[in-house]
Amino acid sequence: MGKAKLGAERPLSPHLQIYRPTLTMMMSIAHRISGAANAAGFILLAWWLVAIAAGPEAYSKVAGFFAGIPGRVLLFLFSWSLIHHMLGGIRHLIWDTGTGLDKTSIEVFAWLTVIGSIVLTVLLWVAGYALMGSQ
Amino acid sequence: MATPLKRVRGLGTAHRGTETFWRQRLTALANIPLVIFLILSIVSHIGADYGTVKAYFAQAPVVILMLALVISVAIHMRIGLKEIIEDYVHGEGIKIAALVLATFFAAGLGLASAIAILKISLGS
Repeated sequence: MGKAKLGAERPLSPHLQIYRPTLTMMMSIAHRISGAANAAGFILLAWWLVAIAAGPEAYSKVAGFFAGIPGRVLLFLFSWSLIHHMLGGIRHLIWDTGTGLDKTSIEVFAWLTVIGSIVLTVLLWVAGYALMGSQ
Repeated sequence: MATPLKRVRGLGTAHRGTETFWRQRLTALANIPLVIFLILSIVSHIGADYGTVKAYFAQAPVVILMLALVISVAIHMRIGLKEIIEDYVHGEGIKIAALVLATFFAAGLGLASAIAILKISLGS
């Protein structure tokens, strides 16, 4: 669809730049960006897994990178993006049931996604560090 | 002028019905516990030596969850990337190229990860 060539330049309906940015609008955009970022982030997982399969030498390169500051920062951002997308996704699953679509709820969901994603990511890192060496 | 019933019943113009919508939701649901498991798995092994990581993947539950994760993620990723491309890429040729690349990317990552998990866990 949408392949029709229009003879005249027709007026377009107002697009993004016309509207004052709102939190819920930002969360919608963030859901897409975090989804795309997650896709890129899974290269890290594939790299880790393939290196473990390849043997100790290959693994030591990945392990060295993951243990360094840039590696940890990248892993933290990846995990935050995952959790952000997850909470944003749970929001969508709730909406799929037809509930939580009123103005107050969507504002609350938006804040829960922002704050919850940071809190949950930090908690998972604390739990992950606590689990170190226990398996 | 009536649309035949067989065309009305569920499948719509794309003849795929709500299959993609449903698959995206199903993988989203599966990804919730699996991604939490993934983050804990990676973070708890930062700086771990090779033997420790190898031993971790020798556990059956770890292998099952990790395989389920990469399969579910690859499917979910492919649907999501497709949706983004269809919304923002309008040139017919470049859209098809982007869709093909997105599918190869998701399938490639999924396959590489899954085969690596199998190779680690089955030893060799």
